[in-house]
Amino acid sequence: MQSSGNMAQSPHLRIALAGKPNSGKSSLFNQLTGLNQKTGNFPGVTVDKHIGYCQLNATTRAQIIDLPGTFSIYPRTLDEKIVSEILVDATGENYPDRVVLVADATNLKNCFLLLTQMVDLQIPTILALNMVDLAAQAGMEFDIAQLQKQLDVPVVMINARTGSGLDELKEKMAAPLPKSSLHVYEPDAELVPILDKIQAELHLKSRHAAFIVLQQWNQMNFLPDPKKKELQQLAHDIRFFPAKYQGAETVQRYGFIQGVLNAVTSKVADKEWKENTYLLDRILTHKIWGYLIFLFILFSIFQSIFLIAQVPMDWIDQGFANLSSYLSGVFPDGPFFDLITQGIVPGIGGIVIFIPQIAILFAFISILEETGYMARVVFLMDKIMRKFGLNGKSVVPLISGWACAIPAIMATRTIDNWKDRLITIFVTPFMSCSARLPVFAIMVGLVVPANNLLWFINLQGIALMGLYLLGFVAAIGTALVMKMWVKTTEKSYLLMEMPTYRTPKWSNVGYTILEKTNAFVFEAGKVILAISIVLWVLASYGPGDAMQQAEQRVTAQAQQNNWSAEDTERVLAAEQLENSYAGKLGKFIEPAIRPLGYDWKIGIALITSFAAREVFVGTVSTIYSIGSTDDTATVKGRLKAEVNPETGGPRFTPAVGFSLLIFYTFAMQCMSTLAIVRRETKGWKWPAIQLAYMTGLAYLSALAVYQLMA
Amino acid sequence: MAPGETAVIAGFHDEELSVKLLEMGFLPGSSVRFNYAAPLGDPVCVTISGFDLSLRVSEAATIAILR
Repeated sequence: MQSSGNMAQSPHLRIALAGKPNSGKSSLFNQLTGLNQKTGNFPGVTVDKHIGYCQLNATTRAQIIDLPGTFSIYPRTLDEKIVSEILVDATGENYPDRVVLVADATNLKNCFLLLTQMVDLQIPTILALNMVDLAAQAGMEFDIAQLQKQLDVPVVMINARTGSGLDELKEKMAAPLPKSSLHVYEPDAELVPILDKIQAELHLKSRHAAFIVLQQWNQMNFLPDPKKKELQQLAHDIRFFPAKYQGAETVQRYGFIQGVLNAVTSKVADKEWKENTYLLDRILTHKIWGYLIFLFILFSIFQSIFLIAQVPMDWIDQGFANLSSYLSGVFPDGPFFDLITQGIVPGIGGIVIFIPQIAILFAFISILEETGYMARVVFLMDKIMRKFGLNGKSVVPLISGWACAIPAIMATRTIDNWKDRLITIFVTPFMSCSARLPVFAIMVGLVVPANNLLWFINLQGIALMGLYLLGFVAAIGTALVMKMWVKTTEKSYLLMEMPTYRTPKWSNVGYTILEKTNAFVFEAGKVILAISIVLWVLASYGPGDAMQQAEQRVTAQAQQNNWSAEDTERVLAAEQLENSYAGKLGKFIEPAIRPLGYDWKIGIALITSFAAREVFVGTVSTIYSIGSTDDTATVKGRLKAEVNPETGGPRFTPAVGFSLLIFYTFAMQCMSTLAIVRRETKGWKWPAIQLAYMTGLAYLSALAVYQLMA
Repeated sequence: MAPGETAVIAGFHDEELSVKLLEMGFLPGSSVRFNYAAPLGDPVCVTISGFDLSLRVSEAATIAILR
């Protein structure tokens, strides 16, 4: 007997949830598993694997896999490709014991296509009829007993939003479940011996599975390469044309489905129940209102990211600073404890600080998706985006890029065309993410006066908005160039459901926020943490005894000039940074950055922020303590007071400030993004091009700005 | 077709796209209603057997219809 609540126990049953997008599959998954779920990766492919556990009854526990939403077992997008492989490979670790097919009752016809394929694959299947309430509004009634008889699968009516019908579903999921006796599609007679041979060789569960393998050998990762070659040769020899067979299969299946529907549905849908959706569409996709509303929503998202997120971000900032100083008080001296207090704790703080913005952004995106509005955004933007080599579906990744490029790039997986997807991945890091904000905030504060242009328009605000706009323009412009440069033979499709508008289900929004935040913390977090440790080493150790000499020098100066302990410490930190490896590197690159108006101190900051741009502020605040003991506590004050020894004027002239701002708008400066791009594009080629291009653009633009302004 | 108009699907001009269209329920003989176009004229929203979906004009052009 097993007890509940322990994820480590091996489950009795593996059950996959399948169904078309917008059928309520994710709601059902959340209802069944609650917080007992996690997102992983399917081996070898970059597709999120949603897995959870559910106690079906007192004795049966099930592992639930939420398969990506798909119309049929013939995949279109990257996400969908995994579905056919899982359902075909009976020896695979994810092969389900049974499938729950979630069907949208308002639109059974489309949902039954996948159902008949499950049945032909001989996987025991339960049909969960969702959205029966909406179907009733549309005037549709079903003869459930007849439906069960015709399909020979158990049918359960559920409401995945409220959870009603779930007890019955769980009961059916746990009970013995025979395969359906139905065979919907029969392949041509001459194919049968070949299919039977493939089935036996690969230990497949059905003839239809063999048929799928023969059609999609290319996408079956479980097949060893020689086997793929063999299948390719075989398909060629028997003149097997996948598209022709697939078309015939689909028509045959729909013929069967129409027969079933005629027998079990008692009234045909009329338009009335969708009146509200059509009315809303008339406004939301209106040629003027549609775009204005979209812009207003974007503006609200933007405002919330900055205003609402600011409060928890300040708490986090303060909290980690306190923790750091508390720990350095408690710990004894020594490099190991310094690593914790100065490397690891601030490193973790640097990750956690971005969570509020990311959570808020994905709350918005998830609400827009839940309501069905996102499909309208794609609809509105598709033509415009295509002019730039993008796709209506690129809008979500680009907006997400305002918070963090990592979840944004992961969100490109819904784009089925490789070229469109690649361009979206390539340009997304130009969208000014939350890590650029600290850099922007301090430099704008330094070089742009805080005057009000009109009573409500603030110059600094305009400068900040201009930088965001500039990033967006760079993204669009780059996409345009890539559109001409990247070649593809693959056609781009839109073909997308326009779901009925609904109120969002808040728990689904919550799960999305959790999932995306997790993706950030664990994908970006590990890189940021590793980098902050490396940086700490670079900044804390120097070649030879330079560091010790610096310390002696400062101590002597301090005694001579009677500095307070605080001042001494600050000057010491700065002197040590100058003499550390990071400092040496800064001096080394000074000739290269001099034309941009930067000195070696800014050079150090450029190097330390190479892997994570937000590090710039921290480095600058340390390094500009060198040789100054004035009581200017704030970073901004210290930067303002900094004198350029060559001119005698301020170090941060508007020319230098703007040059830096432009540099940070365009430069890649984020190792985690590069790591994600490498994973999503399966190689170092694209991240390398991206890094070179963005850094090059940043350098040249900053050069131009400085030379023009100085 | 004009918004609000209904037609019957006769067949497809593009084999590769036709399988995708078939899967979404565009079956020869079924009726399709053109609901409205996006503000810039592309893509368009259609209803097929009670199911609303959007597709690009270039995709819609591969569907042969009878009126």
